[in-house]
Amino acid sequence: MAQSALLNASILKKVAMALSGLFLITFLALHVSLNLISVFSENVFNEASHFMGYNPLIQFVMQPVLAFGVIFHFVMGFVLTIQNRNARPIGYAKYNGAANASWTSRNMIISGLVILAFLGLHFYDFWFPEIGYKYVAGTAPDATRYYGELVHKFHDPIRTGLYCVSFILLGLHLWHGFSSSLQSMGMHNKYSRFLSKVGYGYAVVVPALFVIIALFHHFNN
Amino acid sequence: MKLTLKIWRQKNAQDKGAIVEYPIDGIEPDMSFLEMLDVLNDQLINKGDEPVAFDHDCREGICGMCSLFINGEAHGPDRGVTTCQLHMRMFKDGDTIFIEPFRAKAFPVIKDLVVDRSSFDRIQHAGGFISVNTSGNTIDANTIPIDKHDADKAFDAAACIGCGACVATCKNSSAMLFVSAKVSQYALLPQGKVEAVDRVLNMVHQMDLEGFGNCTNTGACEIECPKGISLENIARMNREYLAASLKG
Repeated sequence: MAQSALLNASILKKVAMALSGLFLITFLALHVSLNLISVFSENVFNEASHFMGYNPLIQFVMQPVLAFGVIFHFVMGFVLTIQNRNARPIGYAKYNGAANASWTSRNMIISGLVILAFLGLHFYDFWFPEIGYKYVAGTAPDATRYYGELVHKFHDPIRTGLYCVSFILLGLHLWHGFSSSLQSMGMHNKYSRFLSKVGYGYAVVVPALFVIIALFHHFNN
Repeated sequence: MKLTLKIWRQKNAQDKGAIVEYPIDGIEPDMSFLEMLDVLNDQLINKGDEPVAFDHDCREGICGMCSLFINGEAHGPDRGVTTCQLHMRMFKDGDTIFIEPFRAKAFPVIKDLVVDRSSFDRIQHAGGFISVNTSGNTIDANTIPIDKHDADKAFDAAACIGCGACVATCKNSSAMLFVSAKVSQYALLPQGKVEAVDRVLNMVHQMDLEGFGNCTNTGACEIECPKGISLENIARMNREYLAASLKG
């Protein structure tokens, strides 16, 4: 078989989607761990954030890899969705999708689009100002600014609300995404059921922690 | 039972088609769904109208010929059955029932509720077989010892009747459950291992060429499959495909 046919194979696209998803799931665990520090200690949060913001390995290796992972996951998600829609040019007059599949599994593109919109807001709030601070304005490093910036953002109830809604949609996305990625990679054995339960737990705990952190800073400051 | 049927009518593959409403009376709860359509067609013929074209053959749930998307579900609201095994007792007097053809780019409508499922045949031709010498010295398959567990799983996969309900019900029109069942039934047996690499690569390639969608693991296909083909087969095919990609 030609290499081009292999690269376009539906199964390999799904495996790539699954791998990028699992990579982002791992990143989320790191992100929520760092955010959680802000609830317990302002100083430790500032130190950890400063380390993440100025460590060359993280900034110039991990960050581009992460950006690639995020872009790839979204672009591939759109590509697969368009292909899937084209596979049924004429739809059903009556389609009872809820009879045999969960809402989360049928609406990954909707939860994904909400997460994409949230990422836009999140970048506007934190990432773009950070890039401007460090690389455009060339301001001297200040290891004490991070906690204040975080608290300032969560002062606004509308922004806090948008963050919380996005985290709930993130949870719904993860609810299906975790076990689906294992299945896409060919995992279906005696450990699958246990790992799926771990995935469901992850889909509840991680977004819930993000919500709690956002609400904590909103109501505490 | 008195029912209102909303049936997709389409003269031929080029016709645009539309839902047409037919009131029907005198339907017995013990009738099969296809018998109910037979009654409707008798009435239409007596009135001089064109009967509704629909696929059927054995009417015993074996051949996989009957299709139909009934009230938003492949083979209707019952589980583990084909349309010929669906009975009218699953509906209530006064119900409105939508009857549509299986919808997928790879299953074009021929007429009314009849669709062309030859894309499945072409996938089978691409690798759903084992090459054996049939010149008279064929070895009896029973002489090869096979683990009972593997034999059972291969048999479960081989139970797929290729009806296309998995494609029809999948929101993406994915044929992964069908193809994975055909790949699995050979992949698990020693006779199938010789051509395993080419088989999975060629069958998946043909599946992609036919225009089926991508699997997003919703699990709807497994629920609607009249033969209970498991999602485990899709995971197995994914593994087989990944391993074959590296080898091939």
